[in-house]
Amino acid sequence: MKKILTVCGMGIGTSLILKNNTEKVLRGLGQDREIDVEAADIGTARGAARTADVVLISQELVEQLGDVHSKVIVINNFLSLDEIKSKLEPELEL
Amino acid sequence: MGDNLADMLPEEAITLGARPSDWREAITVAGDALTASGATTDEYTREMIAAVEELGPYIVIAPGLALAHSRPSPSVLRAGLSWVTLSEPIEFGSPNDPVTLVIGLAATAQDGHLEVMSSLAGILADEDQMTQLEDADSPARLRELLTRFSASGD
Repeated sequence: MKKILTVCGMGIGTSLILKNNTEKVLRGLGQDREIDVEAADIGTARGAARTADVVLISQELVEQLGDVHSKVIVINNFLSLDEIKSKLEPELEL
Repeated sequence: MGDNLADMLPEEAITLGARPSDWREAITVAGDALTASGATTDEYTREMIAAVEELGPYIVIAPGLALAHSRPSPSVLRAGLSWVTLSEPIEFGSPNDPVTLVIGLAATAQDGHLEVMSSLAGILADEDQMTQLEDADSPARLRELLTRFSASGD
C-alpha cells in the first residue's frame, strides 16, 4: 500500500480539501484501493512523512517541511484535479 | 456540528461585496461574519490573521480563493463557515492572487467536519457551480444554491 500525505498549516482546512481532491484523482486512475491518503498539519507532517511515499504541499510550507525521504510535490491550485493528476501520476509508477 | 454546508453557513455569516483595504481586513470581515453567526469569538479572527503571519499566505488555495482558518481553540464556540465576496480584489502575496472570495472556517476538532469539507471541496472545484455562486445577489440565494449543490454532490 502506498501512502500520500497532504499537508497544510493547521490540518483542518486546506489539507482536507487537498486530500479530498487527491482521492478523486486516484479514483479516476483506478488507484483508490491501492493508495491511502492522509491529511496532516505542518507540525506533525515531518513525522507523518516518514511512512508516506509522496507528500503534497503548498509552496509556502515546503521550506518548513524540510528534508524528508518522501517525494515532495508542490501543488499551487488545491482545487485543480488536472494539476494534482499531472503532478502525481508520474510518481505512482504502478 | 451541521451535517451539510448550508447548516454551517447561516445568513449572518455571509457578506457580499465587502471592501477591505488589505488582506488583514479581508480576513477580519470573514472573522466578523463567523462571530456574527455565533461560531467564534473575536479572538479567533486574530488567530486566523496570526496563522498567515506565521505560515504565509498558503490559505489562498486556488486562484482568487482564500480559505481563512486557524486551529481548533477555545475561541471556536461551534463549527462554522463564513462566505465573503470582495468588490475589489485583494493581494495576499500568494501565487493565486488576487483574491475575490474569502471563506472563513472554524472547527472544533480536527476531523469533525470532514463531510462538510468534502462537499465544499466538490463545489469549489466545480466551475459551473462556482459561477452560479458568484452571481448570487443575496445571502438567501447563496444558501439556497449551496444546499442544492451539497445535496447533489458525490
